[in-house]
This record gives sequence, C-alpha cells and structure tokens, in this order.
Amino acid sequence: MRTRRAGHIAGVLLLALAGLGARTPAVRYPSPIEIAVSPDGVRLYILCEGTDEVAVYDTRAAAFVKRIAVGRVPKGLWLTADGKRLYVANSWSDSVSEIDAASLAVTRTLPAGEEPNAALADRAGRFLYVANRISSDVSVVDLADGREVKRLAAGRGAAYLALSPDGARVYCTHIYPLPGRHRTPPESEITVIDTARQEVAERKPLHNAAGVFHVTLSSDGRLGLAAQLRPKNLIPLAHVEHGWVFGNSLAVFGADVGEPVQIPLDELDRYYTPPFAVAIAPDKSAAYVSTTGSDSVTVIDVERLLRTIAAASPEERRAMANDLSASANYVAARIPVGHGPKGMAFSPDGRTLYVTNRTGDDISVIDTATRKVTGAIALDAPRELTFERSGERLFFSARFAFQGHFGCANCHLEATFDGLQWDLEPDGFGKDIVDNRLLEDVADTGPFKWNGTNPNLETECGPRTEKYFYRSQSYSPEELFDLVAFIKSMPLRPNRHRLPDGELTAAQERGRAIFERTRKKDGTPIPESNQCAVCHSGPHYTDQKLADVGTGKPTDRSPVFDTPQLTNVVLTAPYLHDGSAHTLEEIWTVFNPQDRHGVTNDLQKDELNDLIEYLKTL
Amino acid sequence: MKTIALLTVLAGAALAAPPDMPRFRWENFTTANGLPDNHVFNVCVDGARVWAATENGLGLYQNGKWRVFTPADGLAHRAALFVAPDPRTGDVWIATMGGLSRYSAGRFDTFTQLNSGLANDVVYGVAVQGDYVWAATAAGGSRLNTRTGEWTLFNERNTPMYEIWTYAVDAKPTKVYYAVWGGGVLEYDVKTRQWKDYNDPDGETEIVLYKDQGLVHEITTSVSYAERDGILWVATYFGASRYDGRNWHNFLEKDSGLPSNFLNQVKAVDGTRAWFSTDKGLAYYDGDNWAVYRPAPDSHKPEMLVRDAAGKVTRVAVESAPAHHYVLGVDFQGDDLWVATAHGLSHGIRLHQEGSR
Repeated sequence: MRTRRAGHIAGVLLLALAGLGARTPAVRYPSPIEIAVSPDGVRLYILCEGTDEVAVYDTRAAAFVKRIAVGRVPKGLWLTADGKRLYVANSWSDSVSEIDAASLAVTRTLPAGEEPNAALADRAGRFLYVANRISSDVSVVDLADGREVKRLAAGRGAAYLALSPDGARVYCTHIYPLPGRHRTPPESEITVIDTARQEVAERKPLHNAAGVFHVTLSSDGRLGLAAQLRPKNLIPLAHVEHGWVFGNSLAVFGADVGEPVQIPLDELDRYYTPPFAVAIAPDKSAAYVSTTGSDSVTVIDVERLLRTIAAASPEERRAMANDLSASANYVAARIPVGHGPKGMAFSPDGRTLYVTNRTGDDISVIDTATRKVTGAIALDAPRELTFERSGERLFFSARFAFQGHFGCANCHLEATFDGLQWDLEPDGFGKDIVDNRLLEDVADTGPFKWNGTNPNLETECGPRTEKYFYRSQSYSPEELFDLVAFIKSMPLRPNRHRLPDGELTAAQERGRAIFERTRKKDGTPIPESNQCAVCHSGPHYTDQKLADVGTGKPTDRSPVFDTPQLTNVVLTAPYLHDGSAHTLEEIWTVFNPQDRHGVTNDLQKDELNDLIEYLKTL
Repeated sequence: MKTIALLTVLAGAALAAPPDMPRFRWENFTTANGLPDNHVFNVCVDGARVWAATENGLGLYQNGKWRVFTPADGLAHRAALFVAPDPRTGDVWIATMGGLSRYSAGRFDTFTQLNSGLANDVVYGVAVQGDYVWAATAAGGSRLNTRTGEWTLFNERNTPMYEIWTYAVDAKPTKVYYAVWGGGVLEYDVKTRQWKDYNDPDGETEIVLYKDQGLVHEITTSVSYAERDGILWVATYFGASRYDGRNWHNFLEKDSGLPSNFLNQVKAVDGTRAWFSTDKGLAYYDGDNWAVYRPAPDSHKPEMLVRDAAGKVTRVAVESAPAHHYVLGVDFQGDDLWVATAHGLSHGIRLHQEGSR
C-alpha cells in the first residue's frame, strides 16, 4: 500500500526499477455504485462494488446499521416495491444475492448467466430477471425454486433493467453495440420483455448508439429514458475540437413521445459525459442524469423536454441528438456532485435525490426543490488515497479533454472496452482504423498501440492521449503516474470457460494441441514464426513483438502490428487490429487465406471449433 | 320382417361406409395473397403465428396478414428451408441455404460456417432442445449450446455417419434423430451421449428385400420421434418406416394408403398416428386407416381418398384441397393443419360436422 503524497517519488523509482505495477491493491475502497431507498425513506441500501457488500444506512440515526456481504464485484441492486427483499447482481460470482430487508441477511444465492450486472423481480415475485453482461442475455429465474429456467437473447453486454410501473414489461439495455457490418454506424436496442410470457416482446432500435446504461420509466409508465453514448467513431478523432467524438444523450421513448427520439445532454461548448444513471422524479416534473466523468448531475425539465420533442418535425426529431443547441430547451440545471457519480435513487416523496459517487466513496444528497447538494454521506473508506485510486479517479474523469468531452472510460467502458473501431489519427478519413482493446492484464504487454509505437503505458496514456485524444494539456507527471498505476492494477475478471478444477474439457484439450502444434496434419513442419504458441507465448500469450500476419489493409500505414495478448480474448469481439473479423472464427475463415496468421487452412471445421474452445480458456 | 330387413341394410351400409377420417376446408395462400414465394419448403405453427419457409423469403402469418423477411431484414439467405420455434423463449430458428438464423422479436442473428462453428451454410433442418439448437447441414450435424456459445459438430469422425448429408433433425428431451440423406437414420441418446445408426438391411438398393426387417431405405428425408410412445417415424424417397425400439414396420404405396413412396416429410401425432408429405398428396394414417388429401393428379379437382384397414379405397366428396399435390411439410394448429406445397401454402380448417367448421 502506498499513499499518494509520501511515496510518490519512491514509488516512481521502485516501479522504474522493477518494471512492475501494483496488481492487487491491498486497500479496498467501497466504490458505491448503486443505491435504493426503503419505501418509508428511512433506510438507504448502498451497493459497494469495491468491498463486495451492501451498506445499510439509517437516515434518521444518520448512521450505518449493517454491512451485508454479497458476492464478488456486485454491480446491480434492486429493492422490491414492498421493500421486503433486495436482489444484488454479483458480476464476478455469476450469482444474485437475495437479501431479506427485515433481517438484513442473505437468504439465498440464485443462479445467473455470465457476469450479471442487474437483477429485478416481477411484481408478483414469481420471476427474477438478470441482465448478464458477458453472455449478453437475460436469465429468467423462478423464485419459487430458485432455478434458472431460461435465458432470453438481449443486446451485447446486457447491463441494466427497469420494470414498468404496471409490471407488464422489463426493459433491458446493453453497453456494447450489436454485432454489425464493419465500419458502419453502431446500433443498439432496448430489449423489452413481456413478464406475463417471460419472452422478448419487442426490441426498440437505438440507431448510432453504443454504450447504453441505465433505463427508467416515469411513474405513469408513459415516459421512458435511457442514458446512452453516441460515438462518432467513423471519422477521425482530430475533430474533437468540433465536438464530434461522443454525443452524450438520452433515448426517449414511451407513449408520451411515440416513436423513440434521441436528445443531447451536451451544450455547444461543454460536454456532460458519460451519462450513466437516469431517474425520473415521482411527480414526473424532472429527470436527473448522472454523468460520471463530469462529476455532475444534469437536471431535465420533463415538461419542456416533451414540448420540445412535440414541436419537432420528424426530420428534426431524427437529427435532434446532433443538435447540441437543443439541450438549452430542456436542461434546467447541472449539479456538481462528488467523484464519479453513478447510481441514484429518490426518497419516496421525491424531495431528496441520493447520488452514489463511486470514486469519491460518498453519497451526495440533493434537495430536488433547490437543486443543490445539501449534504454528503461518507462511506467507510480508507483515509489514504493510493496512487491506484487516484489514477482510477483520473481514468473516469473527463475534465482533461477539450471542453470536458470525454475520458478514458468513455471508450474503455467501465474500464473494459467498447466494441468499436476508431479512426484515431488525423491522417485522413478511414485510414489506420483500430479496434479497441481490453485493458485488463495489460501491464506487462508493451509495446502498446496496434502499431507498437508506444513503448510503455506512460507514453500511451500521456503524450499520445494529449495529442490525439484530448487536444489539451493533459495529465501532470504525477497524475500520469497514478493513471498508469491504476491501469496496471486492473484485476483480470474470472474466465468462465475453465473448469473449476483447472482441467480442460476434451474439446479444449484438442484445441490446445492445435494451438501448440509444430507440424501440419500432413507432417510438414510449421515454421516457428507461424506457430500459434510462439507469437502468442508467455503468461499473457504475446511475444510482445510486431508481426505481419497478412491482415493489413490498403488503408493501413503498415501491415505490421503488435501481437495482442490473448487473456480473456473471447470477450472482446470483433478481432484483428481493425476489428474486421466479427468473430474468432473469421480470423481464420476469412482473413487467413495464405496461412500467414498461423497455419489453419489444413484444419477441419470441428478442429477450428476445438481451437476456439481452447482460446476461450485463456 | 320389414324392420329386420331395414336393419340388415343399414348394418351393411355401415360396414361399407368409409372410416370417419378428418375432413378439412382448405384455404390456400400464394404470392397473390401475400406469400413470399409459392415454393414452400416448410411450415411451422408457433402458437398464433405461422411461419412459411419459402424459396424466396420467410413468411410470417399473423392476425390475418403476411409479413415477409428477406436477407435485407437480416435473414441468412432468401431460400428458407425449415423453421423451428423455441417454445421457452419465443424465438424462432430458421434453416436456410446460407446459414442458420435466429429471429427474436424483430432481430435476426445469423450463424454461418465462416462466422461461427456451424459445419456448413446449407442448413436443411433445425430443432430446439432446451438450451441446445441442433442443425442438419450438408456437412453433418451441428449443435449450438446457446448458453456457452460452444459448437459441437457431428460427422463421420465422431459418429457412425458414413454419409454426412444430414437432411432433417428432430430433437426431443431424451433422443435426437437425424435423417441422413443416403445414410439412414442416426440416433443420439442424450443420457449416454452415444450415437447409433439405423440402416436399410438391403443396402442402397431401391427394392425392398427385407420388408419390416429394418429401415425401408437409406435415402431418408425426415424423422419424427413420438417420445411419449417411444416411436420413431421415418420418411424416405422409397417409403416410410415406423420403429418401436424393437420392431420396424414399413409402409409402401403398394401395401398401405400412401399415395406415393416418395416422401418429403413425416410428422407424428403420436406413436400410432402420423401425417406424410408426398409428391402425390398429403396422407394421414390413424393406425388402421388412411386418408389422402390433394388436387387429383389428372383432373386437379379436390380429392379425398380413404383407405380402410382392409384396403378398400373410397372417394369422399370434398370441395377443396391443398394447394398442390407435391407436399413438402405439414404442421398442426390445434385440429387444423398447415401444409407446405410446391405451389402454395394451405390452411386445412378441420370440419367436425358436415358443412360446418
């Protein structure tokens, strides 16, 4: 454990000498990410992602009364309407904790899919719906016997859920774009589930959207809002100064507006990003949007918003998300809150809004009448701010970019990736397209960048970010050090494809033999330079060298690319440097005609499947 | 005396009357009233929805209207060959000439031999079995675990499949059957995970040397497993077979009510009753008697033939018939039928009393 001030210089020297970053910080910060309020308004249930617990706070006593241990890295919290039960989605345990609100004890641990991010129960308490981020589906769990009865196909990175006030529908958003054609605008959806049939009834398309977070409905059920990003990834990032990297917006749907419409949250010269949680006041007078990187909550006057939309022609509605002047029509206030605001919840009377500040480890208390922060509830966080924690704040902050446009977490959503391909450099449209890569386990995998020109993360995150991304004076040396320390400390999420005992399945074992083979099936030796396990070697499955594997495109400056690490590679479709391979299969079925990216053309289809089953375990 | 004579006449008439076989009023659909193409490979009833897999798109009939899906909507290929619903999720899986598609509440997801572990893009059949989706392809069987994304292929290397052209698949909780075109029938036992093949004892000859001693022919086109009764029905281009796990019974045109030995599909009602799609009409077998529904091959007039257990054939007067005598598939909607033919889709509305619905 190193503190930010005292050990900074020593830390720099130590890291420089050892070439190591801190991997598992011993200090655990609560990192409140979601919050729920009991029906009587007395209790706050605060989900702490960093300490794997629900902290229960009594607003009358102004004190914490209980900390309930749940599964690993909990992400989602739901309180039933009667206030009797809580459901917590444990993203790294692939489970849901059911908590009895009277005894404040976990009563059951329920099954879920891969990386559950949110859970909610239907009105009757018959079925639990769980949004699974990795398996991109919604588990339907029978609450009578605790059995997962089926999964419904949702959007990629299924993440957040909302129940309609009448209980008839569950709305599910997803944080990664739907699979689509290479170099086309991203598409997302709101998956609408019929709770009577437990089936998907509708998919509301969200054109040009990728990175859709919380979704909510008004108390009358007529207005739905979803927080979303509109990335402009098809044009060079050089245009950041023109305001065309991200549109921070809301998807507006429901009977109040008819056809869904997307509206901007940004202003012409200021951005509020990324929108995460959205809550509509019980009286429907205002909607509140937490913007994590901007450390603020945006307040929208609902009546003015609906009036603006109603007055727009169909063409104007389609273009509204790109009209940054539109927000002046309905944004009523911007309320500064703590570091990294995430989940929010109203008191039952709607007079108070509680906002979790994830990297600030506290709760901002907003008086909705005055739209001012009137207090804060501090969680029991360590006093010292480690380098890593400081870096985490920086990672999620957008204050360094020109006009506060975006931060690291805009592309590395929730410190992962975004499933998008970007035109990063000002070298002309459509040149040097690069796929976004996962940051976990990245510490010892230099050089960085697909062309390998950045020898270390300090270069990658410092001068490069300033020049190409932020278009402003960026991090100080101290801040850069902290940011890199955080990136190096990111833990690697569990791999779901390995057997609990570490053994491989028969298919995985066959795949490993293919991965490690040195001869073709006809006995011909495979040159070392073309063996899977040579280039993808070492603990991170990269030799950290550059190679031309025949995947370069005419629009690439060079056909030579950094050999990517393969840890958790199954999560990060699409593949190759430019994301042109939609799936692992396409790396070989489409983009390896000359056997330059490993020898694969002598493999039968079932052998290729075995190889992929093995890659999933890495 | 007169009374006795009358009773005798009536009894005689009753004996002579054909068996009471299901009767239908047929409503036919073609491109003229919304069907995407008249060549309908398969029809699938999915509650109130009816799916028609046609040569030029997928048709959905709902609330009295047709909706057509093509590759422009995301369908893998315009030639849709088979449709299977997932009763748990409401999704529908579509086998096409260019891959396997999943339709889910307006969204198509497509799996091909290039972007997934699917064995081959020519997918003739598909069946849903819980979390598994089984596909019959031109390069063997493929099974997708929809929870893990794992594909498992079944071919000559890991099953007794000496011919890999799988033509149809039927997946039930305990058993999975593949009709292998030219390779008989393959059975997968879910519990033991073992494969077993069933073949024609007289080989690939087009004559039946050993009737009822095994599968009637190697060129199988369809399998239908009546799981509750443990009965397997098989359609081939040279007759049909029924297997009870111990004994085979074969049905041929010459000694059954089948209008033809050329069968495109068999669909079991249960272990006793089944519907047969042939090139010369739709046939129904109730365990004793047969009925054939078709436009007469010569006059094209509506025709219903009933063959009793003794082999007596009676022509029943009807006013309508399926759209065409070349029948490719059938599915049930309560007592009603939907029939895929080479020239249109037919809805057979069951007549329970003369002249009424």
